[in-house]
Amino acid sequence: MFVSTRNSRIGLMLFAIYLVLYGGFVLLAAFSPQTMEATPLAGVNLAIWYGFGLIVAAILLALVYGWACRASERGPSAADGARHNFAPKTPHDHRRDGARPVPGGSEGGSP
Amino acid sequence: MIHEPSTLAIAVFLVFVAATLGLSTYLGKKAKSSAGYFAAHGQIPWFVNGVAFAGDYLSAASFLGICGMIAFYGYDGFLYSIGYLAGWVVALFVVAEPMKRLGKFTFADALNARFNSPGIKLAAGVSTLAVSVFYLIPQMVGAGVLVQPLLGLPHWAGVVLVGAVVIFIVVTAGMVSTTWVQFIKGSLLVVFSTVLTALILARGFYVMPGAADETQTVVKQADGQVLVNGQPRGTGPSESQLNPVGHISRLPGDVEKTGPLGPLEFFRVLQQSEVVLYSSETTRSADGTTTTTYSPKPTPGSRILRPGEHPTFKGIRSDKLFDKLNFISLMFALFCGTASLPHILIRYYTVKNEAAARKSTIVGIACIGFFYVLTLYMGLGAMTSGALDVTDSNMAAPLLARSFSELLFAVISAIAFTTVLGTVSGLILASAGAVTHDLLESSGAVHLSDHERVRLAKIASVGVGTVAIVLGILFKELNVSYLVGWAFSVAASANLPALVMLLFWTGTTRQGIIAAVIVGMASSLAWILLSGETFEKVYGLSASDALVPFSQPGIVTIPLGFATLIAVSLATRERAQS
Repeated sequence: MFVSTRNSRIGLMLFAIYLVLYGGFVLLAAFSPQTMEATPLAGVNLAIWYGFGLIVAAILLALVYGWACRASERGPSAADGARHNFAPKTPHDHRRDGARPVPGGSEGGSP
Repeated sequence: MIHEPSTLAIAVFLVFVAATLGLSTYLGKKAKSSAGYFAAHGQIPWFVNGVAFAGDYLSAASFLGICGMIAFYGYDGFLYSIGYLAGWVVALFVVAEPMKRLGKFTFADALNARFNSPGIKLAAGVSTLAVSVFYLIPQMVGAGVLVQPLLGLPHWAGVVLVGAVVIFIVVTAGMVSTTWVQFIKGSLLVVFSTVLTALILARGFYVMPGAADETQTVVKQADGQVLVNGQPRGTGPSESQLNPVGHISRLPGDVEKTGPLGPLEFFRVLQQSEVVLYSSETTRSADGTTTTTYSPKPTPGSRILRPGEHPTFKGIRSDKLFDKLNFISLMFALFCGTASLPHILIRYYTVKNEAAARKSTIVGIACIGFFYVLTLYMGLGAMTSGALDVTDSNMAAPLLARSFSELLFAVISAIAFTTVLGTVSGLILASAGAVTHDLLESSGAVHLSDHERVRLAKIASVGVGTVAIVLGILFKELNVSYLVGWAFSVAASANLPALVMLLFWTGTTRQGIIAAVIVGMASSLAWILLSGETFEKVYGLSASDALVPFSQPGIVTIPLGFATLIAVSLATRERAQS
């Protein structure tokens, strides 16, 4: 049960981050559409940068979530440790997990 | 209209359908119990399930609808891509793991986990059925649209064909074969979209020599005869067909062609070019003749790549607050809708545990996100391919493929068709689950053995499939993505408040859930039926007579669902305590 509450807390935090990004896009498009026509970088307009950015952000946040949750499921003691050690989702843990048969491909394997 | 059936296309198409059916029959032998039929024994590997999510989700609306909308109007279609993907964030971060933890076969199971109330099952079952049927209509319409040019069959034949094949898939094997069909289709869709995008970038942009910017007309006479550009439709002498359209009229630096382009260069060049788009106008005269005129409209690239050109999104350039609210409301419904779609939610029961549910969602998001990035390239590629049919935006992606090669056209069309097959079978399965598991059994009217339950679900599949076929034929005039917008609004309004509050508020009561589902469903349906868009497109009345101030219900009815749940829960809790 503990793991689930911790996962759902991480989930809600990442959800809030994405909500701000997405809300910003929708409000900007609704109330200041001309801003979307600006070309800040490489001659490509803000509408495309922001749109692509939202898609990439969704994929990155999803990977962060998968990574963070996996750290909490390595058993009760490990989950407890991860609780005090929230930020660094250590490459060390990652490597150890990589040895397990199933989750190995979850980060790098998707297109 | 511009496309005649080709032997190669038909051959490739038949191979696809035959392979799908063969696989389905083979896998069907393995699933006999109800756990196998509804949830594939919970034994689908998470990676397969994740790609199957993409297969379920990337329906005709995504592949045909979005590409078509981008090809005809530019950036606006991509707003749907952004909204559809954003919904997955809600699904992953908020709903995925609790759904897996609480439920067994259906969405109603999860809602009912704490209360064991027939009322909840009934309300959730009805809403599952309503959303599924709403979502089924555009898929069936899409199937008809697709089969018409591919096989040279009339629209109704396409709808019946899809319906029959899907019913066969669902009846033979249930969730196991549906999942594998979705997996194969999801992979093919992503792979071939990548191929198409690579070809677009390698071809670059070019000014078409001798491309005529002519006004084209289609006249439908009262006796049913169709005149194209003043002559009867056909390929013979003194007959005429619509000319394929969509080309660049000026490139930056007035060059003739750009050669291969990089992914960002593609947008930069288009931004500075000029593209010929077509606008249409339809007039009806007293003798029953309908004339549609398509006029060329040279448009600067900078306008094509900004939001707010499509009628649905024009509101953002209006000064009226309600017009802006309409846009915000649609984007809000797309955001909330995904996590409430029954055919997506049931996919959480096909995997082993919560971790697998989470991992498959991540794979799903990666595939779907990648695909949606490609939609912008494919849509804009189609816009400038010189292959478009002015009368039908849904055919943009297949016609783009045809501008490269006939074989690619055949493959893309066949994939688009399996896309429809896959999504429809998922929806029918969700509906069948709702009918047997939620409506019949839980209402206490019948008690079923495992075997009877599967048989009943199969009968329900045939029933729902037949209804879908009939509706798909009746609604053939309606725009595919417009209908999908309805389904998202209803799903989000009816299901999301109950699901979220159950997970995060301990004060939620049984009555609160029932009330929220019913109020959310009824209010969003009523809003849609009373909206300007429905007045105009369905009833043929003036949009200004509509009874609600803007067309998209989400921003009002989703909060209304939450408010209802909280109010009713508070009221019923006090009564329980006193």
